[in-house]
Amino acid sequence: MSGRGSIRRRLFFQLVGVAALLSLAFFLVVRALAEQAAEGTQDDILTASATAIADSLNSEDRGVTLELPYSALSMLATINDDRVFYRVVANQETLTGYDDLPLPKELPRLGTPVFATFAYRGEEVRAVSVIRPVGPATDITEVIVTVAQTRAGLAAISRRITTTATGIGLGFFLLATALSLWAANTALAPIARITGSVTRRGPKELRPVVADPPTELVPLVDALNSFMARLRASLYQTENFITEAAHRVRTPLATVRAQAEVTYRKLNKPEHKKAIREMIRAIDESARSAGQMLDHAMVTFRADSLTRDRLDLNVLMAEVCDRLAPTADLKDITIHRVTSEGPAMFEGDGILVQAALQNILDNAIKYSSEDKEIVVRVTVSDMLYLAVTDQGRGFGDVDKSSLTLRFTRGSNVEGIVGSGLGLAIASEVGRAHGGRLEITQNPEGAGACVSLILPRS
Amino acid sequence: MRIAYIAAQLSVVFWLAAQAAPAFEVEDRQFYPAAPQRSVLKIISTADLEAFDPIIRGFQAAQPGVAVDYTVAGTSDLMQAIYSEEAVFDLAISSAMDLQTKLANDGFAQPYLSPAAAGLPVWATWRNQLFGFTQESAVLIVSDAFFADPAEIPENRDALISLLRNNPARFQGRVGTYDLRSSGLGYLFATQDSRNSDSYWRLMEVMGRLDAQLYCCSGEMIKDVASGKLALAYNVLGSYAAAQLETTAGFQIIEMNDFVNVMLRTALIPVGAENLPDARNMIDFLMTMNTRPELVAQSGLPAIDAGSFQANSALRPIRFGPGLLVFLDQMKQRNFLRNWESSLVQE
Repeated sequence: MSGRGSIRRRLFFQLVGVAALLSLAFFLVVRALAEQAAEGTQDDILTASATAIADSLNSEDRGVTLELPYSALSMLATINDDRVFYRVVANQETLTGYDDLPLPKELPRLGTPVFATFAYRGEEVRAVSVIRPVGPATDITEVIVTVAQTRAGLAAISRRITTTATGIGLGFFLLATALSLWAANTALAPIARITGSVTRRGPKELRPVVADPPTELVPLVDALNSFMARLRASLYQTENFITEAAHRVRTPLATVRAQAEVTYRKLNKPEHKKAIREMIRAIDESARSAGQMLDHAMVTFRADSLTRDRLDLNVLMAEVCDRLAPTADLKDITIHRVTSEGPAMFEGDGILVQAALQNILDNAIKYSSEDKEIVVRVTVSDMLYLAVTDQGRGFGDVDKSSLTLRFTRGSNVEGIVGSGLGLAIASEVGRAHGGRLEITQNPEGAGACVSLILPRS
Repeated sequence: MRIAYIAAQLSVVFWLAAQAAPAFEVEDRQFYPAAPQRSVLKIISTADLEAFDPIIRGFQAAQPGVAVDYTVAGTSDLMQAIYSEEAVFDLAISSAMDLQTKLANDGFAQPYLSPAAAGLPVWATWRNQLFGFTQESAVLIVSDAFFADPAEIPENRDALISLLRNNPARFQGRVGTYDLRSSGLGYLFATQDSRNSDSYWRLMEVMGRLDAQLYCCSGEMIKDVASGKLALAYNVLGSYAAAQLETTAGFQIIEMNDFVNVMLRTALIPVGAENLPDARNMIDFLMTMNTRPELVAQSGLPAIDAGSFQANSALRPIRFGPGLLVFLDQMKQRNFLRNWESSLVQE
């Protein structure tokens, strides 16, 4: 619900805005109608009063007389305690009543009263005037009766109606607001549903979304599915590329090295032999570095989407030791394998763990002098431990934890080829499996002890 | 103390001299000094000094420092004073509800939202401008000297008419009522009678034939009935009669059982009032008369009691409203008085 692009908020405010407009329109219409009705009521009563007065006009010998009926004025009290004024005029002369009450601007016609609103004696009054001819046909006198009343009662009614209309309008608005909120939430519920189904997925789960989206969201879901398909293809390609690259780089290097060794044996001159040896060394270095870089890239990629196979650490250890046995033999190094008593089962990616073991063991061989021994031991306690202990030169006095960073090496590596990637790879594999890499001095003398620690299953 | 009193008296003299001589007729006037004097409240009223004296003293006790200048005038004079001459008074108290209504209707009264009005029925006030604080009925009083036999005393208007009609010699010159030409209250009672029943005109005819005596005020009618000069007087102010009965014997008060007009004595604040705070305090004081029985007893002015109308259905309170203006219509008044004169003053 944050950010300027919130659909829910926009939808809500638009609905509320419409509700506010409707409420206002309702309020204005109700008030206008009610006030019109109230004014109409006052006009009706005033007309009835004026008519009652006009009906009591009589023609006598002395002229026109009026017997003002009691009800003519008392009926005006029905609305409120409003002030009442009246005037009866015959032949421009005030017969009775308030002689300063203004006469109507236009003469009323028989049966058609004339209404007016004006200020009189300090207050606004509503006035009605009716006309009635009085007297014998030969001597007709047109008598105008005007009755006026202040509008305090009307104002009170208007205030009451305004209050009621405001209350109803406000209630309507609040209800509409609540409904708007509900409507906005309901309309956006499918988005939340699809979001949830995508969020809950595992890292490798790139299947298309199958939630049944509303029509408006079909293009979005289609786009998402198509994007995931492309991502899946891209990931597959990356994996293939890494495998392919490892193969393509390692194989020619091995060929070149073999050829160089053959050439080495054929040469007699010591300076030529030395040059070729240098070359072989460089090739080894390149092969190692390329292998490790690819290993590292592979670890980074595979760790993101870890496969979880059920594996025995003893088996993996044996395979790696077998693979590196020739390298160790070259330096007359003996690798002692100590397996755990039972199987050391864990869940993880066999290729990664093998890569980690290979790098650790490779390091141990590389930094050991000839005729030394390396112990590879698998132990099972609350975690699985695979410890590789050598009798080499150790790591010197650098910070042990920095050794697992990429391109960081020990402080005493002069004369030995290395990229500084080996322990970084092992450490990343440990972390990817929920374990870690532990680097200590060999407790039984010179050398290092590197342990890969994995959680058991 | 004595010097202060003389000074107050003197100041009244000077104050009176400074005022232009009013054209309306002042019946009585009393200045109630206050020491120390904070302000002066000028009241014009139709109520007799004896009746209002306890109320003023009660007000002064509640509001020390307010001197009261109390002027008594007739109902028509009070109307004239406020309506035509715009004399300066802070409060106008009158028994003529119709004239008070006309003052309010025509814009001579200013509104005041009295907190005390909440304790009274809605019909006791009008437009927040008229404040009724007493309810006083129009009664018949009969002299004990003429009515030895209680069974003879009429209890309604028809009985009164036949009594008078059947005994012309006995009552000749011995009946009294208000002179409507000079008494606003009498006119109010008469017009309300005529609205309520046709018997009013028959009664006036009979009284006219008996050479009825006409009075300006209730007090004198009561006096003449008590002394035996009159056998009966019609439409006498019941509150005055009851007050008089406490000190004077010789007459009885009869509330008719067909209907009894009940008048509210009302106060209003004229637009020209100068001492608004005290005028408002006085209105609040008057409106709470029903919570001060001792004041009601002393003044003889009964406070408003909505319950009495349920107890006696013959009581008809005169209602405020534009209807009261009808009989003040020039033409209507002229006709009414002409009819009244032709009935009563048969010369």
